[in-house]
Amino acid sequence: MSTEVLMPALSPTMTEGKLAKWLKKVGDSVKSGDVLAEIETDKATMEVEAVDEGELLKILVPEGTDNVAVNAPIAVLGTRGESVAASPAPKGEAKAEPKAAPEPKAAPKSGSKPAPAPSADKDWGPTSEITVREALRDAMAAEMRRDGDVFLMGEEVAQYQGAYKISQGLLDEFGEKRVIDTPITEHGFTGMAVGAAMSGLKPIVEFMTFNFAMQAIDQIINSAAKTLYMSGGQMGCPIVFRGPNGAAARVAAQHSQCYASWYAHCPGLKVVAPYSAADAKGLLRAAIRDPNPVIFLENEILYGHKFEVPTDDDFILPIGQAKIERAGEDVTIIAFSLMVDVALKAAELLDQQGISAEVINLRTIRPLDIETIVASVKKTSRVVSVEEGWPFAGIGAEIAMQITEHAFDWLDAPPTRVSGLDVPMPYAANLEKLALPQPNWVVDAVKKLF
Amino acid sequence: MAARQARSTTSAKANPVARMRPGKSAPAIDRDELLAAYSKMLLIRRFEEKAGQLYGMGLVGGFCHLYIGQEAVVTGMQLALEPGDQVITSYRDHGHMIACDMDPKGVMAELTGRSGGYSHGKGGSMHMFSKEKGFYGGHGIVGAQVSLGTGLAFANHYRGNDRVCLTYFGEGASSQGQVFESFNLAALMKLPVIFIIENNRYGMGTNIERASASHDLSQNGAPWHIPGMQVDGMDVLAVKQAGEQAVAHCRAGKGPFLLEMKTYRYRGHSMSDPAKYRTREEVQKMRTEHDCIDLARKELEALGMTEEALKRIDDDIKKRIQDAADFAQASPEPDEAELWTDILVEA
Ligand SMILES: Cc1ncc(C[n+]2csc(CCOP(=O)(O)OP(=O)(O)O)c2C)c(N)n1
Ligand SMILES: [Mg+2]
Repeated sequence: MSTEVLMPALSPTMTEGKLAKWLKKVGDSVKSGDVLAEIETDKATMEVEAVDEGELLKILVPEGTDNVAVNAPIAVLGTRGESVAASPAPKGEAKAEPKAAPEPKAAPKSGSKPAPAPSADKDWGPTSEITVREALRDAMAAEMRRDGDVFLMGEEVAQYQGAYKISQGLLDEFGEKRVIDTPITEHGFTGMAVGAAMSGLKPIVEFMTFNFAMQAIDQIINSAAKTLYMSGGQMGCPIVFRGPNGAAARVAAQHSQCYASWYAHCPGLKVVAPYSAADAKGLLRAAIRDPNPVIFLENEILYGHKFEVPTDDDFILPIGQAKIERAGEDVTIIAFSLMVDVALKAAELLDQQGISAEVINLRTIRPLDIETIVASVKKTSRVVSVEEGWPFAGIGAEIAMQITEHAFDWLDAPPTRVSGLDVPMPYAANLEKLALPQPNWVVDAVKKLF
Repeated sequence: MAARQARSTTSAKANPVARMRPGKSAPAIDRDELLAAYSKMLLIRRFEEKAGQLYGMGLVGGFCHLYIGQEAVVTGMQLALEPGDQVITSYRDHGHMIACDMDPKGVMAELTGRSGGYSHGKGGSMHMFSKEKGFYGGHGIVGAQVSLGTGLAFANHYRGNDRVCLTYFGEGASSQGQVFESFNLAALMKLPVIFIIENNRYGMGTNIERASASHDLSQNGAPWHIPGMQVDGMDVLAVKQAGEQAVAHCRAGKGPFLLEMKTYRYRGHSMSDPAKYRTREEVQKMRTEHDCIDLARKELEALGMTEEALKRIDDDIKKRIQDAADFAQASPEPDEAELWTDILVEA
């Protein structure tokens, strides 16, 4: 009986990878646990181990092959002397249900993107396409070159190049003094970074994810956010806390949570949540230069998405200014981070139904760019906010209140919100899908306003 | 009959705190007990291999931390427990659950996110629980379970029962502040908790030398006079022997005990791990020279177990695991209504 060895998935978002190397050759006998081959994705290299025993009868995918689909047969194992049937046709679709997470390479088409940013935005000239991951790295590298007081600290940021490969190459360029691996001690190293910032250094603290920043939230709020005030303006805290925020894919309740409203609640903090690679680069540079503590909320699913980013060495974006991603007349949809993608997809769907939606990418959550919001609402008279976090006391609640305070007379319908469901994140694929905002939720919310 | 030597290793450095070592006496090996331990370890290993395979097929999502290599730790410790004692650990929890006699079917079905799983599909690989079997999770935040385990021990103490709580964590987790806070609390209140550091040398890509300035983690409780011991965590009977000593200490009302298990994980941290932080030779050496299952198997053979008898056990286990995998794929996804259940208790 021969068995096929299938291309394994390294992560829930992986759909294909490179077969880098075969460590066994045809004719070798294989025991369960033996390493058969090495496979690579943009994030990681991994060994494929044999589960079954036997002789390696045939290699179906030669080493060096790119884009091998997950679940495609890559080799055949069997007993010695057994003949191998004509190489089995690669199975078309994997039997496994499709993954919930979007494929990182499917970047939103730039053509579907609106027109240029608000007039306040400077034209930065030529652009090139990079991933959000690269944009973040480039922003840190640029600021570290510019200012010797800037350093990066966190778990796995140096030798491992970042748990999500954001700090790729930084250790090589800046050395151990400025790219620092810490033990798993969030409360301690955050306090240490805040102390360093009080003396004027400019730390960038990477949290492997913001879920783990909860270990350190006391230092972020009680120490970083309040010291300027408590010291009568003597002692500020120029520091950036950054890392992925919100739900990834299938990582369950303790690893899938949006902290936007937690931090936005607190005076003394700025809270930034980029969507595109240009947002990521321009805003991270601004955050590092900002003399205040800045919470910089990234999104794991966006890390692999590609966007056009100005190539100008000085490219930077102001904190506190939203961006109109798509101009429209009939309704304003307000979103941040990955939800901008959902909002843009909803706008497409609405367009097909004759409703013209304006999509605002908040970029910064605190200070909130209420001027851009109000100007849009005065034009459209209807507004829906979209966030991944929970509804109660969420960002949508704040937006609705501020619109009520500033533009009540222009509204033709009550402000509405779309949010993640008011439940801890379930692990099961079907339930997870139901828990996070989808474009059709936004479409439904918009249509109720007419 | 082979007499067994004291198996636990201890480090040489002198320490003012009593450095506990397992008794010098070398009890004869109980063949039935070793066989049970061997079967348990093999069950865990086969379970984990299958879980890895299902992950590769896209049937398991998110993070999936395999326990392969470390099986002797939970298996040996479990031999020292009595019904009613408690176990709590991190996200690398499949082995602990099987050691606690939780049903592999229910664990595997949780990995696939199905209604037949221990958390009805809502917890996943990292979050499973069984009050019935004394297993308190399954925790995703590094170090958090250490305070929780201290709390389980507090409850035992409060109730005046004889139960002890095994609180497992990695050597990476051993740096977390709340671990040291827990040490102090447990020592101060004389709580029946055994802190077990599973020192598999790496926390993700960081080896222990780069993560901790303490190079003898068994002595991390020294400031609070918590007796500590290093144990060869690849030797299931050494683990058991150390476990019995620690359990006896706790049950006698003497407070916490710390065991540092020297062990090793063969696979990556989770499923996507670049594994650039260690050499293939290092992994291979551990596997071929120190594997806990091979070691037990050789001992069983020396005790007269036939290859045939061992093969029957292997086949049996393979079948159990295949049944678990079949169950985990056939079990339906949770009902959509489950989304809204278990958020608060109706009051
Ligand atoms: C508070 C917190 N910080 C970071 C992480 C990410 N993380 C998950 S496992 C891990 C390594 C833990 O290593 P160790 O304690 O040695 O356990 P092992 O994985 O080796 O079993 C890290 C950093 C987390 N889950 N929680
Ligand atoms: Mg470890």
